[in-house]
Amino acid sequence: MSASLEDYRRVVGSSSIDELVLLADRVRHRRLQHINSTSVGGGVAELLARMVPLFRDLGIETTWDVIKGDQAFFEVTKAFHNALHGGKVTITEDMFDVYRQTTSMNLGDMGASGDFIVVHDLQPAGLIAKKENSGGHWLWRCHIDVSTPDPTVWGFLKRYVDLYDASVFSMPEFAQKLSIPQFMVTPSIDPLADKNRDLPASQVTAVLERHGVDPERPIITQISRYDRLKDPIGVIRAYRLVRRRYDCQLILAGSGASDDPEGEQVLQEVREAAQGDPDIHVLLLPPFADLEVNALVRGSTIVMQKSLKEGFGLTVTEALWKRKPVIGGAVGGIKLQILNGVTGFLVHSAEGAANRAVELLGDKQLRESIGANGHQHVRENFLTTRSIRDYLLMMLATEHREKDITLLTESRK
Amino acid sequence: MKNQNQKSFIFDTELRLVILTGVRVHSLDELRGTLAKVPGASIFFHTHQEYLAHNFHKPVYYNDFAIWVSQTLREEALAEKLASIDLLAFTTIRELRDTVGHTIDEYLSGLGRPTYKCRPEEAFHFCRSKSFVMPTGIVAHDVPEFFAKLPLISNASLYFHFFEARLRLGRRTNDFSRWLKDQDRDDLAKAIDELNPYIRTLDELKQDIIRLGANEK
Repeated sequence: MSASLEDYRRVVGSSSIDELVLLADRVRHRRLQHINSTSVGGGVAELLARMVPLFRDLGIETTWDVIKGDQAFFEVTKAFHNALHGGKVTITEDMFDVYRQTTSMNLGDMGASGDFIVVHDLQPAGLIAKKENSGGHWLWRCHIDVSTPDPTVWGFLKRYVDLYDASVFSMPEFAQKLSIPQFMVTPSIDPLADKNRDLPASQVTAVLERHGVDPERPIITQISRYDRLKDPIGVIRAYRLVRRRYDCQLILAGSGASDDPEGEQVLQEVREAAQGDPDIHVLLLPPFADLEVNALVRGSTIVMQKSLKEGFGLTVTEALWKRKPVIGGAVGGIKLQILNGVTGFLVHSAEGAANRAVELLGDKQLRESIGANGHQHVRENFLTTRSIRDYLLMMLATEHREKDITLLTESRK
Repeated sequence: MKNQNQKSFIFDTELRLVILTGVRVHSLDELRGTLAKVPGASIFFHTHQEYLAHNFHKPVYYNDFAIWVSQTLREEALAEKLASIDLLAFTTIRELRDTVGHTIDEYLSGLGRPTYKCRPEEAFHFCRSKSFVMPTGIVAHDVPEFFAKLPLISNASLYFHFFEARLRLGRRTNDFSRWLKDQDRDDLAKAIDELNPYIRTLDELKQDIIRLGANEK
């Protein structure tokens, strides 16, 4: 069952919810339509499943539509997605044709009924051709890391994006040269989702014990898919350095990505590196193991995210929310989340990570104060309700383009 | 009724959306060159956004330019000079922009060595904000009520009445002092005006204002 606005009031505080109501009052007469490429699975669908009921609770008529596509289309958009991420992918002219054909089909099938139409990611981006007839304000929301996009794929996509009224990116690093305004909405986590909600201590202990982890001894954890850019081998090196000072355990947990052949190889390397140490727990979790991940993090003493490259790093957000001191690589969005020495520690090497872990394991008060700051930082900046606020602001901003500061202090009609 | 409204203090709040400019710089020279070209809203954003960003700690520097110059370019002396620019001395963004520019010029002219160019992933990205100001519904009809209601207002509201009102709306002083002056309370107006908001967190600023009015409730 979806959580209601009032459920969030208890978690995020009344002033944040009151703020949303104030803002919603200004756009309540507008219809909002979201369009993406799937109704289940994937971060965007998860996000919309949470956000759409909240918009409705705020009195904004909100709909969510999903485009259609066959396997060939989704293979093409997967390749485009990887290319936009900076991966080396072979792109052919045929692939652009597949994209155009599916876009044409969806243009015929799908209605655009919103005053504001938010199109999520690249798959439905071509629907902008509808704008001429449907009217409304069209926003393109890019959820992916486009800091170093493949120029051919970005060039293709940009022709569509430039036709929107505005675009939305997750971080300053992802900004592009565009003829339209670029808003920033940082990613957020849902405090009421299974991955983040409070859990009874007994459930946390049960999950740890099921994986053979001793709840009584310190635990260092990294939650990540098995990818070299997450540096799992570096985490094992850091753990071994910590072990010279403290008896502790290491959990490396992640799900396997079926579309990532390298992941299997990295997992194998990690298992080899961990061999012979019963205190290193290398866990391959099934997809959607949200409660399990939640319990593993809550049961940990320290969380690491020693990435060498990172988009935003939602695993960091999730750990901070759970009041865990986080040691993270000083890259990408981790730098927005970890204020060095305040909400965690930023490091550049396995040695740096080990030094900080030793410091934290020896100082309970430091762990608690950093954990409390991290929780507060997420509460103020990285929860779903803040995303809702940003969407409402974008609706206002699209209607009031002219000024940097708009006074809506006159009484409303 | 009209007179009564004029005498009331209406607490507004400000909600802010960050806008990306797509403009990035990698060195001091590039920063200096670009400062003159970006919108004034960008200058305001990078000298003020830290105050609203988080309330649970004081960063080493509140000024984004100083933070980047320190953490990425490792030009500590310049970072200190940028951070020490007295924001209270300005009532226009233009003056502020000029002063930031002159501070970098002076530093570069005495440097005597090439400046460091950072890696692409360490670039400084210019942003700006688009703000909407709206009433919170909290209204004070007299001075005692004003101080009684202060604890109810959010940091965003305080931020608006102190920072935005003075610099971006050119009101010369903060809104609280302006209104208290109209209530013939020059003493309180002056005392609040003398609080430097740039060395306090918003929580601290609110507590200090409440303390000044402790005898009024």
